[in-house]
Order: sequence, then structure tokens, then C-alpha cells
Amino acid sequence: MASQPIILRASDAVARRQLVSRLSRYLFLGSTLIGVCVLVVLAYDTIATGASRFSFDFITNYPSRFSEKAGVRPGVLGTLWVLAVTVVASIPVAIGTAIWIEEFAPRNRFITIVKINLANLAGVPSIIYGILGLAIFVRFYDMKQSILAGGLTLALMIIPMTVIAAQEAIRQVPPSLRDGALALGATRWQSVRHNVLPNAIPGIMTGIILAVSRAAGETAALIMIGGFTFIRFDPGPPPVNFDALLDSFTVLPIQIYGYTIDSRREFQANASAGIIVLMIGVMTLNLIAAVIRERFRRY
Amino acid sequence: MRQLPASGVSILDTEEALIRTPGVERNITSAPAPAQEAIRIPPEEAVFRLKDVGAWYGQKHALSDINLDIPLKRVTALIGPSGCGKSTLLRCLNRMNDLIPSARIEGRVEYHGANIYDRGVDPVEVRRRIGMVFQKPNPFPKSIYDNVAFGARVNGIKGNMDEIVERALHQAAIWDEVKNDLRKSGLALSGGQQQRLCIARALAVQPDVILMDEPCSALDPIATLKIEDLIRELTQDFTIVIVTHNMQQAARVSDYTAFLLAAEHGLNGHLIEYGPTTEIFTNPRDRRTEDYITGRFG
Repeated sequence: MASQPIILRASDAVARRQLVSRLSRYLFLGSTLIGVCVLVVLAYDTIATGASRFSFDFITNYPSRFSEKAGVRPGVLGTLWVLAVTVVASIPVAIGTAIWIEEFAPRNRFITIVKINLANLAGVPSIIYGILGLAIFVRFYDMKQSILAGGLTLALMIIPMTVIAAQEAIRQVPPSLRDGALALGATRWQSVRHNVLPNAIPGIMTGIILAVSRAAGETAALIMIGGFTFIRFDPGPPPVNFDALLDSFTVLPIQIYGYTIDSRREFQANASAGIIVLMIGVMTLNLIAAVIRERFRRY
Repeated sequence: MRQLPASGVSILDTEEALIRTPGVERNITSAPAPAQEAIRIPPEEAVFRLKDVGAWYGQKHALSDINLDIPLKRVTALIGPSGCGKSTLLRCLNRMNDLIPSARIEGRVEYHGANIYDRGVDPVEVRRRIGMVFQKPNPFPKSIYDNVAFGARVNGIKGNMDEIVERALHQAAIWDEVKNDLRKSGLALSGGQQQRLCIARALAVQPDVILMDEPCSALDPIATLKIEDLIRELTQDFTIVIVTHNMQQAARVSDYTAFLLAAEHGLNGHLIEYGPTTEIFTNPRDRRTEDYITGRFG
């Protein structure tokens, strides 16, 4: 029998919905490209300007009034020292806070207020943390304008965002794993230690690296507490000496800022070269984070 | 239908057992009292004696007036339609409801004579004696070996860990399938194997009771059959309480069956009828039980 073959071409209503769907696809592709293009242009411009000055000597030289001799050695060392203090001071506190809020804290109004305030603190401008650091660490605890004061100030700044990232990572661990552990007679801590944390580590690491990257690029807060722009000595006698913690310091972003505002044109290339050094540093951090994430994803 | 083993449990007369001293935190609500037959089992043969047990989730009254005894080294099935509180009841037995912030339990749950909700009772002590297997297999994202060893390790069980793991996997009837892959991830197993791994994990802690919350609902019929065989095996050493939606399963694996139903005028579940499985399924006393097991509602 000859029946009419069914027609499955888009009818008017379906065609209209498909049109919207296709348009939305290009819209979102466009918004992705905006970000990517800006990044590529910025990176190209920086490299084009700074490549001529970027060299090993540039990293190991002290600043100089001659642009071709100037380097970012104190900034690199200062950044490493300050970040070390920041990491040591902030990570245990941040992870501990996140564990307590997600795993141990009772559900009450106090906790809700704490959570809301953490989110607010993560959005406070960094200059405010600089003022806080100046008042507490530099003045009250009399640390002077030291690496310790700078590192602790940045630690205060990144603790809220690290806590939020760690909370998010801990919440991603399925409740069934907690139930499974507790039903076997594990204590809360054993469930956290052996099940929750190992599964949350990749997410926590990502949050930490993002926060540390932000700290690595922080300028305002450290200028506020008095990170110098022109320094011609290493923190503490080499190679590693903890007296350095009380030395005055500068960091890469402050040095870059110093080069940028220099009226002499040839120093602009130094600023770009400094940015290249900072970018390489931050990208190395991200690489380390990726490696750690993969290692913990064995199962 | 498989032959049920003869029940060696004597059942005291019900009338007398109903009139007894109320529990400490007796808190009777206004919900209509259901027709309820309480079976009393001699103390030495009862693992659990539940007295006026009720449960609340915040303002929601999930369960009320549960009185029943759960016999030693038998399988007791909890059946009833969704929302009747059978999973809640199961989770009352090892204090897993403690983990739900709004949950509140009333009445007494006596485990070998001791109320597990007394002050001073540590839920960790309760849970290492009363293990649990969940509806959805939840192996840890660790190796098969570490999954089984986890419970023994956290409980500080001494001895050769390899032997403990092997014995538990044997008991859970999964040893032959995994003995060459102990380092493989537990998540790489099939659903049925994962569930038996979870049972092995519970057995490695050397518990007294194993609670199973619809252990087969996520499994295919063949995997289900394997778990059911395993449950029958385990009664030689363990007391098992199983929640199931599957009436044939209750008939196949259990020695005793409790039928729960949410009250008509409220949301809280009640115990409608409790007795030897053969009686519940062949000669139920309550009309509602009969309707449920014959599939007329629920």
C-alpha cells in the first residue's frame, strides 16, 4: 500500500527554536573569543616589547640606573620569600577552616554568618588588606616593613578565597563516601582524613594555586605596607637564611610598576621583561598544580 | 520459592507483651493507633528490642510507635510502600540518623539490652558493631584491597591485614572474582560486584549485625540473586536487617517480616504487622498487609 512518507524536516516551530539555538551557539563562541583575543594581544604586545631585555642576566641582576644593566633579582627573591610565608601561613588555616565549616560545624545562624562574611572578605579590595597589615603587622607587632609582614598580609588576603575554594571542593565529595566510612565505625576525623580530603585535594589545590597566583601579582597591598621599589641586596645571606624574614624587600610586581612609571623610555622594555618573568612564574605554579591534581586522580 | 529454614525462635504470646512499662522518653502522638501485633522474642535471642521508637525530621513526623524485636542470626525484612519510614527505621538501628542535622529519635532502641540512644553511648562504638550496606553501591575510590582494609584499619583491628581482607572477600562471595585484581580500583567493578565489595567491607570490621538498605535496587536480577544467596549464607554468623521494595525478595531471603505503612491522617509510618515471613505472606492478620503483598496498593 502506498502511504505518504512521513516528513521529518523542521516544521515552522522547530525551525524557529533551532534558529535561536544556533544563534546562541555563536553568541557564546563570541564571548569566549573576546577573552582569548585580549589575552593573545596582551601576551604578544608584552613579549614583543620585553623580549629584547629578557635574559638570564635580567633575572639575576640588581636594579640599575642603566636600563641595559638593570634586572629584577630582588623582586624575584622577594616574591619567592613573601609567597613562601604566605603559603605556610594561609594554607593550614584555610583548609582547617573549610574542614570545620563543612564537616564539623553545627548548622546554625552563627555558621551562616561566618559563611556570608567569608564570601564578603574574599571581595574586599587588596588595599584594605594592605592597611590592615600596616596597622597589625608593621606597627602593632613591630615587624617593620619586612618579608614577614608582607607575607602575612597576603596570607590574610588569600585566606577567604582559599577557604571558599576548599569548601567547594569538600562539598563535591559525595555524601555516600562519608556515610560509607562512618557506617564502618570510622570517626569524623578518620572519614575526613582518609576519604574526604584525598578526594577534595585536586579541587583544594586548584583553589590554592589560583589564590597564590593572585598573591604573586599583588602590588597595592605590599606598597601599602612599604615594599621598597629599589633594593640592591638579597634577603638574608645566601642560600637560605631565616633572618631574611625580617629584611625589607620588594616584589616583582612592585619592580614592574617601578619600571613602568620611570620617565625614561628604555625602561618600558624592562617592565615588559619583568612581566614575562612573572608570567613564567605563575604558569609554572599552574603546571605544578596540574601535576598534583593528576597524581591524586589515580582512581 | 526457596524453602525457608525452620525458625528456631519461640514467640511469646502477644497480648502480655503489649502491656509493658513504657520507655523513658515515651512520647505518644495523636496519630491513630494502628492494629499492631507485637512479637516478643526471649531476650537472649533478640539482638534489638525497639520500644516506642519514633523519628522526626524537623517538623515532619516520619515514624511513630515502633515496637518490635529483631532476632539473632536471622534475616528480618522491613517492607512497605515508599515513604512509610522503613529506611528511617533501619537508620535508627545504628545511629546513622545522627548525621542528618534535623533528625530526632525518641523511644528506646535496645541492642543486647543497652539503649543505643542513652547518654554516654558513642555512635562510633555502635556503628562498628552494626554495619550497613547502602542502596547505591558506594565503594571508596581506592583499590579493592584498601576498600576492605579501610574498616579494619580505622577500627585498629590487629592481625594480618592480608588474611582479614581475604576472609572478608571470601565471606562476601567475591574472592574468586577479584583475587587477581586486589590493586584495581573498587570503582572498576560491576554494580553487583561493587555491592558485594561493600558487604565485604562491612564484614571486615567483624560486626554483629548488618543493616541493608535496599541493597539490590540498583542491580540486575542475576546480581540480585547472588546477593540474596549471600544474605542466606551470612545468617550463619550475622544478624541481618534488610529494607526491600521487592516483596519476592522479602519472601525469599527473610525469616521475619515487618510491614510498615504511613498513617492515613498523617505522614508518619507505623508498624502494621510483624511476624515470621511465612505467616505474613501466607496468612496475614491485617487486611492492609494482605492488600500490600498481593499488590492491591502501594
